[in-house]
Amino acid sequence: MFDLTAAALDTAKLRGASYADVRVMHLRQRDLTTKNGEVGTLAQSESIGMGIRVIANGAWGFSSTDRLTRQGVAACVAEAVSIAKASALAKRGDVVMAPEQAYVDSWQSPFRKDPFEIPLDAQLALLLEADAAMRKIKGVTLTETDMQFRKSDSWFASSIGSRIHQRKVITGCGIVATSFQNDEIQKRSYPNSFGGQHALQGYELIESLDLLKHAPRVAEEAVALHSAAQCPQKTGTLILGASQLGLQIHESIGHPIELDRVLGQEANFAGTSFLTLDQLNKLRYGSDIVNVVADARLDHGPGLGTFAYDDEGVRAQCTDIIKDGQFRGYLSNRETAHLIGLKRSSGTMRTESWNRLPIIRMTNVSLLPGRWSLVDLLADTDDGILMETNRSWSIDDRRYQFQFSTEIGWEIKGGKKGRMLKNPSYSGITTEFWNSCDAICKLDEWTLWGTPNCGKGQPMQTMGTGHGASPSRFRNVRIGAAFAK
Amino acid sequence: MSKRTPRQRASGAAGSKPGTSQLASERELRRIIDTVLRLAETSDAAETEVHVDETISALTRFANNAIHQNVAEHTLTVSIRTVVDQRTARATTNKLDEDSLRSAIEASLSLAHTQPKNPRLLPMPGKQRYRPVNRFVKQTAALTPDDRARAVGIFSSAQTQSALGNSAGLFAAYRDTHAVFSITMQEESAASWAKANFTSVLEIDTQKLAQRASEKAHHAVNPRELTPGRYTVILEPAAVLDLVGFLFYDFAATAVQDKRSCLNNRLGKQIFGKNISVTDDVYHPFQLGAQFDGEGIPRERVLLVDHGVPKNLVYSRTTAKALHKKPTGHGFPLPNEYGEAPMNLVVSGGNSSLDEMIASTDRGLLVTRLWYIREVDPYEKVLTGMTRDGLFLVEKGQVKSAVRNFRFNQSMLEMLSNAELLGPAVRATGEEAFEMVVPAMKVHNFHFTEVTKF
Repeated sequence: MFDLTAAALDTAKLRGASYADVRVMHLRQRDLTTKNGEVGTLAQSESIGMGIRVIANGAWGFSSTDRLTRQGVAACVAEAVSIAKASALAKRGDVVMAPEQAYVDSWQSPFRKDPFEIPLDAQLALLLEADAAMRKIKGVTLTETDMQFRKSDSWFASSIGSRIHQRKVITGCGIVATSFQNDEIQKRSYPNSFGGQHALQGYELIESLDLLKHAPRVAEEAVALHSAAQCPQKTGTLILGASQLGLQIHESIGHPIELDRVLGQEANFAGTSFLTLDQLNKLRYGSDIVNVVADARLDHGPGLGTFAYDDEGVRAQCTDIIKDGQFRGYLSNRETAHLIGLKRSSGTMRTESWNRLPIIRMTNVSLLPGRWSLVDLLADTDDGILMETNRSWSIDDRRYQFQFSTEIGWEIKGGKKGRMLKNPSYSGITTEFWNSCDAICKLDEWTLWGTPNCGKGQPMQTMGTGHGASPSRFRNVRIGAAFAK
Repeated sequence: MSKRTPRQRASGAAGSKPGTSQLASERELRRIIDTVLRLAETSDAAETEVHVDETISALTRFANNAIHQNVAEHTLTVSIRTVVDQRTARATTNKLDEDSLRSAIEASLSLAHTQPKNPRLLPMPGKQRYRPVNRFVKQTAALTPDDRARAVGIFSSAQTQSALGNSAGLFAAYRDTHAVFSITMQEESAASWAKANFTSVLEIDTQKLAQRASEKAHHAVNPRELTPGRYTVILEPAAVLDLVGFLFYDFAATAVQDKRSCLNNRLGKQIFGKNISVTDDVYHPFQLGAQFDGEGIPRERVLLVDHGVPKNLVYSRTTAKALHKKPTGHGFPLPNEYGEAPMNLVVSGGNSSLDEMIASTDRGLLVTRLWYIREVDPYEKVLTGMTRDGLFLVEKGQVKSAVRNFRFNQSMLEMLSNAELLGPAVRATGEEAFEMVVPAMKVHNFHFTEVTKF
């Protein structure tokens, strides 16, 4: 493949590009689902092609092709350069990028069991067994399960001399039980909602989830929610389970720190950010115990935001985002890093596929573990509500005001987990919320959750991001507004 | 050595001028489908279905008065579904040489073999008759990067086509063009937005849209904060679209069967106002989309809501057979767990202009656009989300001032019972739902629960 990338780079130079980078990507995906004891989706796909990004006349151009021949590549490069020259008609200044060294490397994400080598009938049998275990519970009206496997190879080359091959294997799995009763739909999911858990792992992830153990429990809880008390409306103490906190981090920290958003480049679609440049190193984002990093390195864990190099050839890094409550850093690429005077990109350029332009994306944006055990945290809470597993999420276009609802809640009274609550929700303003955090559980309770469906960009790109979190406590939070009459 | 592929014969794209790429001819699509069907004859597939999808698109993004992204793509994928012994599965590839197509057939068969028999799987349908539609506009297809660079905002153009054929003799093909222009204008900390999406680029008046967004951004400066609560709202078409768009899957027969639709136990009941009627109509002049579904069944016009009463659902072949109904041509490609959905909603309009709605309002809010809408309660169809890019206080029949953005938590059943006035139905475009034909609406008692800081 590097023959093709070299040909593309040579052609780009001949056509007048001052910089070029090329990605050939081969993507394979398999999807399995069941519903009510029957196979739903059973499909696999593969896609291979090349995307080239160039700077010509000081402006960007991008084009892509699935014709991986000399002629196809030449035509694609010609189009990218032509587009760059058209872009230069409306530029404010020449594109300048923060410096980066060249790398020649090959990297593969670690996995123990290649999911594409596991017999399909065994995969389907497990899903059908979990599906059956949920359907055994009286009152369950809909059962769904899914597995998703992805394997991607990317050959990156740039005109500064980088040549990087990366292979990644991603696995995901989840189960859901839904119950319709008395004009109400309730559901429970495991290990997370909206597709379950996803990680940069092989089939060993599926085996570690023990679906059959959890299937009856989630089904029972879905039915039990109908007779649970309605979550009250009040201002009070909130404890969030780790997966819900992972999505809270994604929406109220991960997105506002994207530097393209801060600089107005996403204003038309994804919105902007309250984290204007004057806030860096000045804003008290959270309480003293809040420490958040954006860490793409494997040392952080096998997250959906883990890689060796980003899609403009910058090595994976760990960046402090919030340190002891203070706002410390953005997610940047080479161009935006230069624009705000940083010495180097934080390495967060990522692309969904060969036919999409890399854009700034979250890597693994994680809340670092604290000191509490969950048992001690609950025992220390006199009056609060524990909320688990996301049901809905929404935040304004500058990432201030948010509202989340979860599948299930539990009353905490006198340090003990009490009755189940249905339709839990909470809402607030981002910085007020993170400043109200007074307890974070320790590493034993910490999970690196995968969010496989983050949408951004035009044309829209879907990206997987990672979010490490452990159960945490927040004070004086508005609870129950979503169901206010 | 792989044989020369159908597309290699069709292409000649090397060295072609940007912006002048052409979709493959229908004859070429047929040749790809015939190639797959011929290769499948030597496999153990009892039946074979082939989808070919091709897209040529380009998009220019402006920010801060400069182009910051300018991209183009050309993709063609072949998706193959095989059936063997009452089992079916699908494999998709973008590699078109015969070896790769044969591998995709084998992958599909390999997946199919692993599963239990599906007694509800129907034989593939034979040849169908389709009502013609013409949605391909040469001027849109011929847009170049230079053309797009002369605009201000986000400008994209695309040509797409789909063809479907199967071993029972069915063949269907569809192509369209569409152009999208979307602009955000910012003044101080305020912003406003306008967007258009049409088959023909000639229908997009970029200057007019830019002017509208600019004027609104100017009026949106210095918003005042109001107390959350229930307000009369005047929802512009983009806001109506993004809310009503959340209802589309509720009209799937499979969703009702699965008891996850808000129409469970509500069909035939007066759940919306008598001024609300909804059809699914792919043939409507403001609509886009193929005139056949994922199995090649012709799409029918279906009256979903008649004067506030949900009357009909849409059916794939499988759900129609199970429920003793006629397929309506709304099925998704098999295999899938979702069944079908209406994708071309048309909400009947009225004759009130936006100005008339404002003039008739003693106190209310004019809503430009909504953002980040999610479902809070699937049965009462409570949606949450934010206002965005221009929220204005209306008092005594006039727009008075900008207002800080609100969060809403609003039942769609209640909202569509509280619509006082409807504008003419237009092709609306937003960011949360796919394009539909909807009117502006004046609605009372719309529920805002919290306010943000801008």
